[in-house]
Amino acid sequence: MEFFGKATSFPFMATRRIWYTLSVILVIGSLALFFTRGLNLSVDFTGGSIVEATYPGVADIEKVRTALEGAGFHEPVVQAFGNSHDISARLGPDAKLTVDQVRAKAETALRSVDAGVTIKPLEFVGPQVGVELRNKAIWALSLTLVAVFIYIAMFFHTWRLSAGAILALMHDPILIIGWFALSQTPFDLAVVAALLAVVGYSLNDTIIVFDRIRERFEANRRLPTAVALDQSVNQTLSRTIMTKVTTLIVVVALLVLGGPALRGFAEALVIGIVAGTYSSIYISAALAMDLGLKAEHVFPVARSREVDSLP
Amino acid sequence: MLEFARWKYVVVAVVALLALLIAAPNFFGDDIALQVARKDRAKIDDTGRQAVEDALKAKGVTFKRAYVEGERMMVLFDDVNAQLAARDALDDTLSQTHVSALARAPRAPGFFRTLGLRPMPLGLDLRGGLYLLYQVDVNDAVRALLESYEQDYRRALTGASITFNDALPLNGDDGINNGVRFTFPAGADLAAARDVMQKTISDVSYKLNEGASPSVDAVLTPAQVTTRKRNAIQQNMISMRNRVGELGVTEPEVRQQGVDQISVTLPGVLNSAEVKDILGRVATLEFRLTDVANSVEEAVTRGRPPVGSRIYYHRDGRPTLLKREIIATGNQLIDANTTVTPQGPGVSVRLNTQAGDEMLRITQANIGKPMAVVLIEKTLEKSLVNGQEVKREVTKQEVISEATIQGVFSNQFNITGLGQAEARDTALLMRSGQLAAKQFIVSERAIGPSLGQENIDSGVRALIIGSVALFCFMIFYYHLFGVVASVVLAGNVVLLTALLSLMKASLSLPGIAGILLTVGMAVDANVIIYERVREELRNGVSPQTSIRAGFEKAWSAIWDSNITTAIAGVILWVFGTGPIRNFATVLVLGIATSMFSAMLGSRALLTLIYGGTHKPAKLSIG
Repeated sequence: MEFFGKATSFPFMATRRIWYTLSVILVIGSLALFFTRGLNLSVDFTGGSIVEATYPGVADIEKVRTALEGAGFHEPVVQAFGNSHDISARLGPDAKLTVDQVRAKAETALRSVDAGVTIKPLEFVGPQVGVELRNKAIWALSLTLVAVFIYIAMFFHTWRLSAGAILALMHDPILIIGWFALSQTPFDLAVVAALLAVVGYSLNDTIIVFDRIRERFEANRRLPTAVALDQSVNQTLSRTIMTKVTTLIVVVALLVLGGPALRGFAEALVIGIVAGTYSSIYISAALAMDLGLKAEHVFPVARSREVDSLP
Repeated sequence: MLEFARWKYVVVAVVALLALLIAAPNFFGDDIALQVARKDRAKIDDTGRQAVEDALKAKGVTFKRAYVEGERMMVLFDDVNAQLAARDALDDTLSQTHVSALARAPRAPGFFRTLGLRPMPLGLDLRGGLYLLYQVDVNDAVRALLESYEQDYRRALTGASITFNDALPLNGDDGINNGVRFTFPAGADLAAARDVMQKTISDVSYKLNEGASPSVDAVLTPAQVTTRKRNAIQQNMISMRNRVGELGVTEPEVRQQGVDQISVTLPGVLNSAEVKDILGRVATLEFRLTDVANSVEEAVTRGRPPVGSRIYYHRDGRPTLLKREIIATGNQLIDANTTVTPQGPGVSVRLNTQAGDEMLRITQANIGKPMAVVLIEKTLEKSLVNGQEVKREVTKQEVISEATIQGVFSNQFNITGLGQAEARDTALLMRSGQLAAKQFIVSERAIGPSLGQENIDSGVRALIIGSVALFCFMIFYYHLFGVVASVVLAGNVVLLTALLSLMKASLSLPGIAGILLTVGMAVDANVIIYERVREELRNGVSPQTSIRAGFEKAWSAIWDSNITTAIAGVILWVFGTGPIRNFATVLVLGIATSMFSAMLGSRALLTLIYGGTHKPAKLSIG
């Protein structure tokens, strides 16, 4: 079976203004959503309060969770704590409530499960992802982008491809963040992991297209840039789609069957893979062309590239 | 011709077999268990095991099996509730002598255990663990610095034959110790004293107080106080990292929280008293000479030591008289390791050169006399006073070893006369470094495994179903080539699992994201190759040549894309922490395994099928 029986020849470069417009709208929309609605940050980021309680019998964690949700706490994290009677519940911060109100609400909810419960004083906890970690993560990501820029510029001999790749790379996580701002799905540590994975996928994809661009230019240095890029994207299209479909199969399984804890993670991956496919087909190469990419950039001097031998 | 060198087959086969062996423990899963150890660190023998089993049975707790592993004992259960009930039972009955920790025991046959092969541990997010938050007493660090300054001043002033009356701590406006005042007899030459002090320590501000009771104040500048506090936090973090590292917990995390707090995350460790014990100790060492000129008994009965000495006690309660001068302290310690000497187990100690010089001087003059090592531990003891919890700092000074100086030595020597476990503990405590400032636990939380288990179960189920669907799709799309790809993909996951197990990296959600990404990239590599093969076939190239050309032409694309991603992974690893680093580890390893499996594994299988002199007329590639 094949998706594309013969080589395709979609005019990606000629229609690029349409795709640019679409991307710009999506990116601006995402950023607007992010700045207006914000993210529904999980307790991992926000911190909150922790209440610990000891039940006379074996604590029913599911019931406690439902009771706390019923009391208006947003996605409480209830866990067995040390032994079968003790539970600990992490509650997100609520700016509208005073400490006493939070405590009173939590206590009522916990008592509704079993009146004989002993409740320890409410404690406030800091976020799992503190400012330090967040800054470090941003720093690490920025350096990664710089390193990728330099690497591509060195090995493909032009910053134009680097710029195309980096812009396409930033495009995808922005759309994911837009989705999380729109859907208000809890944004937790796992989503951060998914963001990293998506950047990885997208980068991989983009390079595959670039590699083909180099090959096209190598085959015919007089080829007009638009033709070479169209050929490159078309020739890798079957592979691009196939790879994404296979990855999506696993990720969709995770989305449907992975349970609520993995929902954000799976959602981010699905959006990211779709966005990544789109950006590597429509954006990265086209951007490089508009930045003035020509065959002589990729091959500064007529040099014969030795065919890589297999290991 | 489609060929594949024989040695490459051998490499692929050996790697595949090794990977299967190393990864195997992960596929057996693990049991919910309780790890029980004796507080005195003695080995639990069969009678000891029986005692624990009896205690559990007496409380009506059912367990699957119990066995002794190393010095500890593992009790296995069917579910978390039985595990928790068992812990409650042991806490009620044996808490005086035993400590227990919630754990998981690999279900793999004992054969793997003897080879040292264990499954990947799960991270805190998936499996629960211990989270500790320490408050660092930064003012204490400033105080300690001033005390060492005071010592230096005393020595310098005495050396310059300047008499002084006393040294008093000075407090700043905030009531916190920030300087030291030396008082002198009336009419003393304060300027000369100041000069001597300034020569000793130049970067603090000095103030002369003339008058009836003249004195010189040495005060730290606010900037110095701030720097000292910051350094103290950093030094404590380093010490905590070392101590945590010594515990052998996988992927621990030590992080600064706010200005003066340190958090420690220990995945898989649940409420382990032993861990808190080792982390919570503030250990300082002092090397002192024994005072052999005076009688200990006399000092004890008099209740007062002779001038220049102090009474200390051994672990077993035996008193001893030690000289007040300190030869060396834990600050000057470079390394301490357990060692085996002709006299039995011991600790080999290495000091810095400064302490070594002092040690050389002392040992030259005192051969044949005993020297003692004093361990000073500061811990916080919780007690109930009028129903309220009160924390009290307890300083325990204990002679951990007293041995005769057998010869002249300087900065490297052995301490003997210790038991095996004691030597290990002592070396650990000495090595794990000095905390610059006292610290105590402000928050401590054991994250139960219940939530983690749900996550893992549904996640693993989803991944398995997804992978099976993926294999079906690949086979549907690429026929026999799809079968090869599926085998190679499964092999890739096994290989990655094996590498992660070898590295003892723990598996967390970001790690799973990394594995997913790797599987995606391994599929990708195969797809790139197969699409190339199809392209060649379309161009009328013969089947065998198509396969070879497909691999060769796909190589540059696979290499470039993977290397670029690997560079990103390495940068994330270097600059990231915690979850990001975990992701990066898996990503970089996964890139290596997926390239290996696609370029070598896949090729080996396809050459086996289509290679050789028998030329296939057609390829089953869909």
